Amino acid sequence: MPTFVYMTRCDGCGQCVDICPSDIMHIDTTVRRAYNIEPNMCWECYSCVKACPHQAIDVRGYADFAPLGHSVRVKRDEEKGVIAWRIKFRNGEKDMDLLAPITTKPWGKHIPQLRDVPAPTQEQRDSQLLYNEPKYIRFDDGGLHTLESNGLKMIKGVEGY
Amino acid sequence: MAYKTIVEDNIDILVAGAGLGGTGAAFEARYWGQDKKIVIAEKANIDRSGAVAQGLYAINCYMGTRFGENNPEDHVRYARIDLMGMVREDLLFDMARHVDSAVHQFEEWGLPLMRNPKTGAYQREGRWQIMIHGESYKPIVAEAAKKAADKVFNRICVTHLLMDESKPNRVAGAVGFNVRTGNYHVFKSKTVIVGAGGASNIYKPRSVGEGAGRVWYAPWSSGSAYGLLIGAGAKMTQMENRIVLARFKDGYGPVGAYFLHLKTYTQNGMGEEYESKWFPALEEMVGKRYLDVEASHRTHRPIPTCLRNHAFISEVNAGRGPIHMVTMHSFQDPHLEEIGWHNFLGMTVGQAVLWAATDVNPKYENPELTTSEPYVMGSHATGCGAWCSGPEDISPPEYFWGYNRMTTVEGLFGAGDAVGGTPHAFSSGSFTEGRLAAKAACKYIDEGKAAGIRVSDEQINRRKAEVYKPMEHYRIYRNEITAGSVNPNYINPRQGLDRLQKLMDEYAGGVTVSYMTNEKLLNIGLKKMKVLEEDLEKVAAENIHELLRAWELKHRHLTAESVFHHTLFRKETRWPGYYYRGDHMKVDDENWHVLTVSRRDPQTGEYTMEKAPCYHLVDAKDDA
Repeated sequence: MPTFVYMTRCDGCGQCVDICPSDIMHIDTTVRRAYNIEPNMCWECYSCVKACPHQAIDVRGYADFAPLGHSVRVKRDEEKGVIAWRIKFRNGEKDMDLLAPITTKPWGKHIPQLRDVPAPTQEQRDSQLLYNEPKYIRFDDGGLHTLESNGLKMIKGVEGY
Repeated sequence: MAYKTIVEDNIDILVAGAGLGGTGAAFEARYWGQDKKIVIAEKANIDRSGAVAQGLYAINCYMGTRFGENNPEDHVRYARIDLMGMVREDLLFDMARHVDSAVHQFEEWGLPLMRNPKTGAYQREGRWQIMIHGESYKPIVAEAAKKAADKVFNRICVTHLLMDESKPNRVAGAVGFNVRTGNYHVFKSKTVIVGAGGASNIYKPRSVGEGAGRVWYAPWSSGSAYGLLIGAGAKMTQMENRIVLARFKDGYGPVGAYFLHLKTYTQNGMGEEYESKWFPALEEMVGKRYLDVEASHRTHRPIPTCLRNHAFISEVNAGRGPIHMVTMHSFQDPHLEEIGWHNFLGMTVGQAVLWAATDVNPKYENPELTTSEPYVMGSHATGCGAWCSGPEDISPPEYFWGYNRMTTVEGLFGAGDAVGGTPHAFSSGSFTEGRLAAKAACKYIDEGKAAGIRVSDEQINRRKAEVYKPMEHYRIYRNEITAGSVNPNYINPRQGLDRLQKLMDEYAGGVTVSYMTNEKLLNIGLKKMKVLEEDLEKVAAENIHELLRAWELKHRHLTAESVFHHTLFRKETRWPGYYYRGDHMKVDDENWHVLTVSRRDPQTGEYTMEKAPCYHLVDAKDDA
């Protein structure tokens, strides 16, 4: 199901061009508005739909199996941390509004800057541990799993398996 | 071509491709290499790139050791039985013992993980999956990567790895071009972590025309995880282990939460349970080790996914399709109905659109399922990828050459789809593999292994000419014809992709032949692949966007050729339901309880195949 752009709503800001993972949202040089240059490489991921500040981008089901007349619209709000969906069936019998959280915290505020945390010791470097481990595995004082700690040993081939 | 050459020098760690694997690598690299120069080169925009671009409704790999749920060895047993014995248990165990720490960090960063109100543990949908509101999963982890990296280059299609000229078989960076400006980018780096994606669209998809983009795995996953590594001469493993998915028909909507959490089930066109009746005959084909009908019934040991596919495919071929997912019972519960829809909206919006377009309300109608075309990937429930070193405290000598997740090319590391033999890593496992690779890459540099790297201008210029050749070819031959896309001197990338897909479908076991192939077919296919390779030298790109498609196609071609060689080498049907060797229908543990390893000579293009021992580190338990 490929995206398309409404002529009267698009102002050619290029946010869809910036975000499209498939590089298929481009700006038409004549009308200076966005359009989908390669519908058969569109994954209907809705990245552009969510990014568009004017709700100018929509999606219609792929012509080879989806009839016309339906809609799935979305509004993603980073400040409120929610995403709202509205699904309308082709026959008009089902019309759904669904809301989901997208984050529990303000954007980026809780991601540590690892350049500034205390540097790892040589002992940590020589171990199998990663950043914040082993604490973050169990949130307790348990160590990292090893073959010995878990009573395991290597067996070659099918024997013993 | 008049494109500028932009050189980024003195990089310590270059992350090529920043999906979940690459973002994990960049994040962790900053901790172990606080003074190091970390650079990301990503084909799209890292805020929405990779397979998780549109979101994910579940984290499919979480041990829950904190809640006393599973230990790493339990996950090894599970992945091993699912893959009919063929996994790298050292890598799997290693990923599993670290993965929880990644998930706990995601929650701290703001990813909404659902919790079970009774136990306080994360809400499970199955033994290994936890449920999340993951629409913004990728932007959240991208934030972590952006904070860690010195520079993020979005819109760079990495085409080749650079090789060191002072020491053979050592990496020295990468080159690519900017799909917006067209500029040629050179990244001189001591190490490279390949976090690129596996391959969708190498097999003919079920949908055609406008719908060709409606595939299960992202259409921008162009096999670069393999194309880059194979091109550099890295050894690959398990490339025959491509995957076929059972999914909702046409939309490719996920079924995991439906089966596991919503408690839906399948039936044939007559409304009958069909799966179990195929298992007795299948047990003879694969052996009791992999399918013991009685034991599975008694202990709830999972049936390998490929064998469940086999029952599905066989039932449809017997004329008793379509297979339906029975949703009508579960969907009477409004809570489960809502979860069913959220499950799509959080990761496969297209399925919701399809049901809205075709008036399929799963509350009153059981939707159809189908089996997909095959995919080549190393992080979902299948283990294609590079032959990598494991960690020093676990791996036997054949699996260990000093640096965790380092390929057989020095300084070249993998994460996610790039690492072979680690199925069932999914998103959290890929992120974890990136972290492991990053720590090892820092160690590699600190131990002086990257000293004295030399890259000549000759290599850089040679690659530049190669990168832009499709545009040059177009320019030269375009005006020999009046108009249109039919030219005797070239094919365009879409035409090349169509040919590749037809070839793979017919000779390497795609949908139209019910996933069946044999030695004769594979040999014919390989011959045609060589001719296609010649034609890919003449692929023509009209603009920079087509140049991107041309290089994606070349990476897909290398991936596909590797699949051919591996499938030809393994003379058995190890994974019935993923593919069948019609000339060797049985699982043959006596000769083939081994991992397959290949290397393509970068100079000659010749393949060398070998067997590698399959080591097991945990004993079998019925309740795997």
